Amino acid sequence: MSHPTADQLAAAVGRAPARAGAFRPGDGAYVRGRRLHEACRDWSWFEVYLLALTGREFAPAEVSLLQTLWTYTSYPDGRIWNNRVAALAGSARSAASLAVGAALAVSDAHIYGAGPFLEAHDFFLAHRDDDDAALLAAVRVQLATKRRVGGYGRPVTAADERIAPILARARALGLDDGHFLQLALRVERLLLAGRWRMQMNYAAPVAALCLDLGLDRMQCEAFASTIFLAGMPAVWIEAARQRPAGSFLPLPSRILSYEGPPPRPWPRSAAQ
Amino acid sequence: MSEARIRSRIWSETPDERSPFLGREVRLCGYDYYGELLGQASWLDVLWLMLRGEAPDPDQGRLFGELAVLLADPGPRDASVHAAMCGGIGGSRPAAVLMAALAVGAGEAGGSSELVRAMDALSAIGTGRALDAVLAERASDDGIWPGFDRASGWCASGLRAALGRLARSPLARALGELERLLDTVDGRQGLTTVGIAAAAFCDLGVPARQAEGLFLLLRLPGALAHGDEQQGRSHRAFPFFGLAEETP
Repeated sequence: MSHPTADQLAAAVGRAPARAGAFRPGDGAYVRGRRLHEACRDWSWFEVYLLALTGREFAPAEVSLLQTLWTYTSYPDGRIWNNRVAALAGSARSAASLAVGAALAVSDAHIYGAGPFLEAHDFFLAHRDDDDAALLAAVRVQLATKRRVGGYGRPVTAADERIAPILARARALGLDDGHFLQLALRVERLLLAGRWRMQMNYAAPVAALCLDLGLDRMQCEAFASTIFLAGMPAVWIEAARQRPAGSFLPLPSRILSYEGPPPRPWPRSAAQ
Repeated sequence: MSEARIRSRIWSETPDERSPFLGREVRLCGYDYYGELLGQASWLDVLWLMLRGEAPDPDQGRLFGELAVLLADPGPRDASVHAAMCGGIGGSRPAAVLMAALAVGAGEAGGSSELVRAMDALSAIGTGRALDAVLAERASDDGIWPGFDRASGWCASGLRAALGRLARSPLARALGELERLLDTVDGRQGLTTVGIAAAAFCDLGVPARQAEGLFLLLRLPGALAHGDEQQGRSHRAFPFFGLAEETP
């Protein structure tokens, strides 16, 4: 990260950059230099989304694979932590936009979502040319320093049901032979052969495929930020229609387990 | 299978026989919430208690209170407040206005992520290493220290006075070091509120993760007020701005 000088700030006053696109009131909108309502008339939403994000036009098989990565983690289950935020908002009769916005923010998590995904991305990129011996040494360092390898192992259950369908879809589209996907599979073999018995989770193939398709780190981060999106409006509306309001996963008093200090008097000296 | 439990060291209540969804005798960290804290503790006392587990002592309470006032309004030129005003001018709900400020205020440039980097540097105080050297090690690519800004290179005069006031706390250690450092670096590295807040949180003994959250929370009053101020105004009264040259 670098900081702007005062001169650079002064030059930027009142003018937004417009490389991604622009809205020209009364004329139309542009996405990466193309007129949205004319040039993109027959495009799918996902094609426009990828064009706006990257400035690139992806091949149909690539668009299909990237969309599949979203599809295969579209879980409308209100118990999952990020989804639960959306469902609780629905149950509380809060707005859909707040529900989905907050649920997406919560998806930037450490044990799932953006955390492991970006860790896997960085690991693959740093060890892209490692042989198995070097890769194993890197895995050991990672486990010793971070106590995990992002993209491997999974909370709740060890096996990730999304892996086989993702690999099958990549194979069907002829996109399963990329360098990073093969690297991700080698890391899994090393982790399974060692005493760790850690299987690949969703983050590893997604990070690898994004790298194979040429997304840079920020594009990967943005791509992953909405990857769980499809389940969120669904659990919001399900909870919002549930009668009566507030009946999604209610918590009775007995569920609370207190582990703090015993009853004590407030120290009056602390009062300001 | 036994019923899942939610564990907390903060909140305790005893069951109310009238309903499983009522609690009574609520205590926060052992203190009677409605019967004792209410009326004797300030809002900041309770905030401190819930995060730190103990009541603040008078020095902690005073420094924490002064820091809260310093952070309360980042001002309308701050990016997080600008975001809140974007919510306000369009008539978005208060929740959206606050969420907008939080999202922007969490950044590495002037936000809570920068605060964590600054606290990491300031934690070296007392180890015998010179503060300017430690800050330089954690500088951005272009040599700007965490908690400092490049746009002017100078600390705003009001902020300098604020630092001086906070540094009078008996707890001030990092704050004092920062004040002394300012004499030699002002004009090259412009100290910001982020740097002062990082030093104050270090002196208060607040760990970085909690400081990150407190920094976000304590700046929300300004975001809320400035966002609310724009509500109901004509959008023409709020700049839409132009585009840079590189337009399609």
